[in-house]
Amino acid sequence: MGSLTAQYKDSVLFTTSENIINWSRKSSLWPETFGIACCAIEMIAAGCARYDLDRFGVVFRSSPRQSDVMIIAGTVTKKMAPIIRRLYDQMPEPRYVIAMGTCAISGGVYNTYSVVQGSDLFVPVDVHVAGCPPRPDALLHGIVLLQQKITGSRDLKQQV
Amino acid sequence: MADQFPVAKIIANFNGRVSIDSEVTDMACVVVKPIDLVELCLFLRDNPAFKFNFMTDIGGVDFFPNLPRFQLVYHLYSIDFGWRLRIKCPLEDPPKAPTITEIWTTANWHEREAYDMYGIVFEDHPDLRRIYMWQDFEGWPMRRDFPLRGYKDKYNPFGEEKPGADQDPIGDIL
Amino acid sequence: MTDVNIIDQSDDESGQSREVLMNLGPQHPSTHGVLRLLLQMDGEIVKRIEPHIGLLHRGTEKLCENFTYTQIFPLTDRLDYLCQPSNNLGYALAVEALLGIKAPERAQYIRVMMAELSRISGHLLITGALPMDLGAMTTLLYTMRDREMIMDIMEMISGARMHTSYCRVGGVREDLPEGCLERILEFCNIFEHRIADYESLVGNNRVFLARVENVGNITGEDAIALGLSGPCLRASGIDWDIRRDAPYEIYDQLDFKVIVRTDGDCYDRWKCRVDEMRESLKMVRQCIAQMRPGPFLIDDPKIAFPVNKDLLAHSMEAHIHHFKLAAEGFKVPKGEVYTAIEAPKGELGFYIISDGTEKPFRVKIRAPSFVNLQALTRRTTNMKYLADVIAMIGSLDPVMKEVDK
Repeated sequence: MGSLTAQYKDSVLFTTSENIINWSRKSSLWPETFGIACCAIEMIAAGCARYDLDRFGVVFRSSPRQSDVMIIAGTVTKKMAPIIRRLYDQMPEPRYVIAMGTCAISGGVYNTYSVVQGSDLFVPVDVHVAGCPPRPDALLHGIVLLQQKITGSRDLKQQV
Repeated sequence: MADQFPVAKIIANFNGRVSIDSEVTDMACVVVKPIDLVELCLFLRDNPAFKFNFMTDIGGVDFFPNLPRFQLVYHLYSIDFGWRLRIKCPLEDPPKAPTITEIWTTANWHEREAYDMYGIVFEDHPDLRRIYMWQDFEGWPMRRDFPLRGYKDKYNPFGEEKPGADQDPIGDIL
Repeated sequence: MTDVNIIDQSDDESGQSREVLMNLGPQHPSTHGVLRLLLQMDGEIVKRIEPHIGLLHRGTEKLCENFTYTQIFPLTDRLDYLCQPSNNLGYALAVEALLGIKAPERAQYIRVMMAELSRISGHLLITGALPMDLGAMTTLLYTMRDREMIMDIMEMISGARMHTSYCRVGGVREDLPEGCLERILEFCNIFEHRIADYESLVGNNRVFLARVENVGNITGEDAIALGLSGPCLRASGIDWDIRRDAPYEIYDQLDFKVIVRTDGDCYDRWKCRVDEMRESLKMVRQCIAQMRPGPFLIDDPKIAFPVNKDLLAHSMEAHIHHFKLAAEGFKVPKGEVYTAIEAPKGELGFYIISDGTEKPFRVKIRAPSFVNLQALTRRTTNMKYLADVIAMIGSLDPVMKEVDK
């Protein structure tokens, strides 16, 4: 391996197929444009000029069929939960979920008759971003954490 | 504002069927029975001395366990004169009231909201369905005997047990 | 999520199926949140619109009945989440009216200044979002850039970018930090020129104009019957603004123009907001010029925490008041009140019934977006095509959290 790298310096990249798959996955995380409540405004702010999510390869898509990650940005009500579940089911695998904000994580202050007490109750959540609403920086941090999770995952071995 | 507003004129016109609620201090307030509500609203809207053309708000109130249990509170505004008026309409249980959607279109959703939250039935309403909760939701959430956290289900493990179930409630509400 | 069902097979003369029932939203980038519309379509022509709301109903009013008066402030923040200080102000005014107190003058100026800044921030979003719904992405990037400046000011003043909860009953939580007014003035100077930029960027754009001019017209008569308020009403030619006609706080000291337009179409509603931002900027400037040093919170130990924190170390009485206030909240005399303010979306009203305890008996929120959204159901507006519906939603500017409460 050492002699090969010396021979083809700067022109050939040696890596495992697992690494390159995960690298490409983490570098183009396309979330769904799906703001539910206040957190959506911070999500938009994170995508716009100052915080600029695009530099992480995060580009918002309007259709669940084209997206890899779902950012649940806001309070999920019992009326809304089946719809979010359906959107999640429509996303192609591998798919990830970020629960953004206290409402999406646990229901927050809205412990009432109509609010779902945490998105974990209907979709598997990968990253929780705390805050009410979280600052755009916090969302960036959440996305970086998700990227770390993706690079650390071992997809090819799991398939056996 | 209340002092300029000729409430006495309404009282005179309705001949005892409308009374003044003197405990209210922030604006003029009249109390009316449901049966006279539509007539009063039409009078207030069309009489050139009042011109209450702007229907601001309709809200239900539940005075459980006091009687009469329910009350509808209407807020009117006269854009021309700058007057505000509150109409109170006490309702018995089960609550029923006439609709005023014919008079102000905007009342449509307000009445649907009052129906959804308190179960107040508006007779002859063109489209009386739940507006916030899903259609097969049971109960009237804003009534005072409905628990704040609702009843326990798969989305809300902190809710109360449904009455009739034999387990203990998992925790008192706030 | 678009479901299409053919519902009518043979009504057409040619025997071909024409009408379809289409589901728009709740996951749709142009519905500003979780609005769901059921559209009955004949080809591209909309026959009937049926909005379904409640997908974000969280039971705010029920929660209010279980919270103390001070604890409700954060809930009001989350009503219209673009303009939190306005909501705080409306609620604070209602409780103050029940208590029969008034905030000190400086606090009133601070509140009005914050409310006007938030009006700019709310209108800025829709100034950018309406063109974005219609396909012009650029404006949103620009307007969000300016919104960040307001967010920074809010953060400087209250510590939070969005949910400020800065008002208190009887004043505001803290005095303005040092250097804050200079920063706001700096923002005013920058932003003044930017409004003109946006107007020329979007307002002169032929494609944008074709999409919004003479679309979704609402006559003044209809607007009143529908209960519209705020810019939506004034765009239809009704000259009514609570800030001028029933001034609260220090609005009677300020000099501003009420923007009224005549056509009541989507363009007028958009333009009305753009012009209102100019007026708000003027008001912010006047607030800064007229503001005098002084107390920012009412001096009543039963209602507000003491401004002088040293008092707590020396005075047993202050300590007891502080403890009681923090643990139980303050009692509000029996009564009821309705106060309305001119929030950025329209008339925001709080109807509070107090039974003499620390918690309100009933809080009814008159949410402007909820009422304004009803204009979508009616067929008197000339929305013909599906694309017009999108323009109409954008120009009505509903905030779904306020619609659903």
